[in-house]
Amino acid sequence: MSETAIKPPTVPAYRGEDAGSVALWRRALRWEAALLVVLVAVLIFGSAESSTFLSSTTFFFTGLNMGEIAIMALPLLLIVMVGEIDLSVASMLGLSGAVMGNLYQNGSSIWLAMAVALLVGALGGALNGLLIAGFGLPSIAVTIGTLTLFRGLAEIILTNPTTKLFPTSLTKIGVLPVGGTQLAYSAAIFAVLAVLCAIVLHATPVGRSLVAIGLQPEAAQFSGIRVKRITFVLYVVSGIICAFAGILFTLKNSSASYGAGTGLELTVVAVVLFGGVSIFGGRGTVVGVVLSVIIVGALQQALTQMRVQPEVQNIVTGSLLLISVIVPNAGELLGRLRARTGRR
Amino acid sequence: MTALNTVDRPTAGWQVASSALLRARELGILLAILAVFLVATAKNHAFANSHSVQQLLSGAALIALLGVGETLVIVTRNVDLSVGSVVGISAYVVGMTFKHHPGLPVLLGFVLGMAIGAFFGAINGLVVTLLRVPSLVVTLAALYIIRGIDGVIVNGITIDPGSIPKGYQQVGYRTLFGLPWLAIIVIVVVAVVGYAMRSYRAARELYAIGSNPEAAALAGIRTGRRVFTAFLVSGTLAGLAGSLFLALHAQVDVTGGNGYEFLVVAAVVVGGVAIFGGSGTVFGAALGALLLNTINQALVSSKVSPFWNDAIAGALLLSAIAFDRWLSLRVARSLRSASGAHRDV
Amino acid sequence: MSTGELTEPLLVLDGAAKSFGPVKALVDGSVTLYPGEAHALLGENGAGKSTLVKILAGVYQPDGGRLLVDGVPVSFSGPAASRNAGVSIIYQEPTLFADLTVAENIFMGRQPLGRARAIDRRRMNAEAKAVFARLGIELDSDRPARGLSVADQQLVEIAKAISLEAKVLVMDEPTAALTGVEVERLFEVMRTLREQGAAVLFISHRLEEVFASCQRVTIMRDGSFVRTDAISEIGIDDIIRSMVGRDLDSLFPKTATEPGEVVLQVSELSREGVFSNVSFEVRKGEIVALAGLVGAGRSEVARAIFGIDAHTSGSVRIHGVELPAGSPRAAMAAGIALVPEDRRQQGLVMQLGIDQNVALASLGRLSRFGLIRRADERRLALSWGQRLQLKFGRMGNAAATLSGGNQQKVVLAKWLARNPDLLIIDEPTRGIDVGTKAEVHRILDGLVAEGMAVLMISSELPEVLGMADRVLVLHEGRISVSLQREQATEDTIMRAASGLPAGEAA
Repeated sequence: MSETAIKPPTVPAYRGEDAGSVALWRRALRWEAALLVVLVAVLIFGSAESSTFLSSTTFFFTGLNMGEIAIMALPLLLIVMVGEIDLSVASMLGLSGAVMGNLYQNGSSIWLAMAVALLVGALGGALNGLLIAGFGLPSIAVTIGTLTLFRGLAEIILTNPTTKLFPTSLTKIGVLPVGGTQLAYSAAIFAVLAVLCAIVLHATPVGRSLVAIGLQPEAAQFSGIRVKRITFVLYVVSGIICAFAGILFTLKNSSASYGAGTGLELTVVAVVLFGGVSIFGGRGTVVGVVLSVIIVGALQQALTQMRVQPEVQNIVTGSLLLISVIVPNAGELLGRLRARTGRR
Repeated sequence: MTALNTVDRPTAGWQVASSALLRARELGILLAILAVFLVATAKNHAFANSHSVQQLLSGAALIALLGVGETLVIVTRNVDLSVGSVVGISAYVVGMTFKHHPGLPVLLGFVLGMAIGAFFGAINGLVVTLLRVPSLVVTLAALYIIRGIDGVIVNGITIDPGSIPKGYQQVGYRTLFGLPWLAIIVIVVVAVVGYAMRSYRAARELYAIGSNPEAAALAGIRTGRRVFTAFLVSGTLAGLAGSLFLALHAQVDVTGGNGYEFLVVAAVVVGGVAIFGGSGTVFGAALGALLLNTINQALVSSKVSPFWNDAIAGALLLSAIAFDRWLSLRVARSLRSASGAHRDV
Repeated sequence: MSTGELTEPLLVLDGAAKSFGPVKALVDGSVTLYPGEAHALLGENGAGKSTLVKILAGVYQPDGGRLLVDGVPVSFSGPAASRNAGVSIIYQEPTLFADLTVAENIFMGRQPLGRARAIDRRRMNAEAKAVFARLGIELDSDRPARGLSVADQQLVEIAKAISLEAKVLVMDEPTAALTGVEVERLFEVMRTLREQGAAVLFISHRLEEVFASCQRVTIMRDGSFVRTDAISEIGIDDIIRSMVGRDLDSLFPKTATEPGEVVLQVSELSREGVFSNVSFEVRKGEIVALAGLVGAGRSEVARAIFGIDAHTSGSVRIHGVELPAGSPRAAMAAGIALVPEDRRQQGLVMQLGIDQNVALASLGRLSRFGLIRRADERRLALSWGQRLQLKFGRMGNAAATLSGGNQQKVVLAKWLARNPDLLIIDEPTRGIDVGTKAEVHRILDGLVAEGMAVLMISSELPEVLGMADRVLVLHEGRISVSLQREQATEDTIMRAASGLPAGEAA
């Protein structure tokens, strides 16, 4: 602390043009680089195991399978950035599908059904937001509650899967790629949302605010950032986007059922964390999450093509998640151990 | 010197309020259970018969048992999401062992289940304390990995009642003095752990760690060792719950214990355990599990669509935490205006 | 007055050093404690006292130097080792377990055991009561620690130390939050401990307390030992000169200014249970200081003015326009800036870059089409860094890499970049080395000379006396007295802060 006091006044106050690097960025980018390496490894592994792996079909099915998970991962990324969590995402997907299915089955127009589903998403998100931001309750407990609540409401609203056929012009998204490409519709939507999300998170005042809230909520508040309002809005956005994912999921399967997406919340959380987003908030990038989505999706495809049981995929997902938190901490652990042995 | 002694303190009022609050929580849940029970009985008299009550207790037993371990972990400001998959794998491995070695003593099934649980609990604890990785992430990863291993072991083959010794199955349905064996085992565990959490130094240190981690370190508490133990106990009890799962259902496949992790956390939180550590009892957690299951059974018995069950459970959890928050705000406010002080912490 | 020079020292710390990365927190930490003495450790904020305390506590392991307890060299591997060697620490911020009872807080890890090694709660409460009796205080041992006043929390900490039969008791600013009566009682306790042969290391910013309670004094400056003297052989002026290492005038530059129009008008401002009926004005070109004990509600008033907390009645007006309650945004738009008390938690986002911290309150202005212009952001930070003579490596480095004084400059830059009409600054120089301290004071003086209105909160009386045009003293959430610069003395302020009637020209 005395350092600055002793320094002679001739030390220049700043060093000309600044290098412009940001400590956080550099640290995050290192993880993204690692993810890129992993992705290449997965692609090599996949193509070595199966000659059909590096094909447009694989690409299409990866997009189709990962689409909803990927889409829900984006609002969750923003929520984890502010140091909170949303475990109700998959239940909201189910609830939205149930609402849409019930309305459509009972004769309402498909567009109205979808609009109401989105509205339900906004309301559900607002409930989360109100309890967490407004009432100050811990998000993990609240969203475990709404996880159960939303799924329960879905069960009540739509006890049996729908039987009425959805318009084929919409359900084609489950079979066909976007015209002229091999991109599944949900993947294309994810790509658009990811770009939007990246701009918001990395280039706007709101994004900067999210980072500040995640790192130090009090300092954010003392800087005039409306922490509660932003948190509330994030949950509403999450609700709407998950409801939207529910619509996609329903159309893709040409049928709504209350159990849609059960258990997916953990996959979504895993994808976000594997993308290098810190569970404590303030650290993470959209690029990381996008890479994470692609890796998990590609790996699943590779393992499926190798006819590996789906359970093994669980082991792989879990291990990736574990590695993603252990590796950044390993250096520190080694240092601690060395310090301890050195002292004795 | 004595001047301050005469100063009015909010002590008495606050103390009454706070200890009453704790007791009120457990009492409140008990009353809620009773109320649900009475309403359900009024609608359908069969709800109060001994068989139904036994079912009620057996059904709550597993979640209550898991809740005990989860309480230990949550009290230290951690969380264990892997309990559901530990239940699944332990139930299956025990079942498989009996299938291949039919003559094994019944007790061994429980020992084996607990050993499997202890193994996974120890790994969770080691990674959390040694690598200082957030437990939410570690146990989420463990959930996946254990479920994956389970899937590989199961390989599509269900263990059916035929391969499980009769004596073992009896633990699932036999009763003693009208109480199911299953419930007795869990009640014993709850009583023992509940007493220990009140009366042993190591257990009190768990509360200290969750209450103020920095102060715990300054007080010389070996935080790592204690947190490790909490995970170890949680894993062991989850393993035991797996053994009991097998005894209760007499069959198990790859889905055994699926989704329990959230049920357990919900029960524990409804039971008054603070999700950010420092307070709560295993009695409360067990009662929370019983309340959730009573509601569940009451819906079934009252012929209300069982589909209401999840919605009610979720709403209950939300109201429980909202109520806690409201109460603590109120107590804080009354404390503030009572003392007129501005120096509360 | 026995200084205990004839006996063997209980504890000797000699030449202890501790660095954190490039920051040398302690260069030469030395202190010798004899049984039966109360020994004051004095120094400006940032002189290294807290680091020295943490070394004695076993929290930090020193990089160099030696430590003797009862003449035997020791090294504390952790807090437990220090405690076992008979050293007890009472920190500035009490470290209690809010969820546990008072008795359990005292005996954590050493609870009396009964049958089957179970905790004997009855005996634990009885022993806690016995300790309280020894201290002459009354406190319910079976209530939870949550909700205890700071003074009572400190008593619990002292009870803990006593129950440990500590030979050396280190108290790091224990009186900062205490009223006059409570301080008296603490001294009583210290006397009792000394009579029982313990040594007390007492850290305080209030020199009159040091003279009232201690026999010897050790002074530190810039992380190094300066001198140790018997209290009877040293005067206040010597102490201050040794602590500061320069003339006070250069530390508190003060340009005479003529206050202008009223900028901030606070009327009958209250927040239920926190402070009530606070009214005052701050004019262009003046520094108004809010003095008082820690916990008297000073920071809370500042928070309410800035809108962090909503006030429950009364009003805040800027240039005559009333602000809505509880809206920092409205306060900022009206031209208020708040440099908060806790730099590390409230002032800065420590892991964010310096430039991003400077820009954090000006993001709207730095954006075009909703996107932050990074070049403008950096330019803003650089220009303010230059104006405030910020010493840094790179603008992109995390704020955490800076020294305390430079961190404070970043917070200042962040708010000055908004060109505010009113600057509220809470503890402007806490934890800052002496050199930067004078710089911060010069910056403030310059701002006021240019016509800014400043509301300053400070626990350091020299700072209040040296910088303020007017002093408002808060006592238990109310303004007890308002003093003009010439009326303000250590005595008038301390009396008002403790709620004592003003002794006419004491």
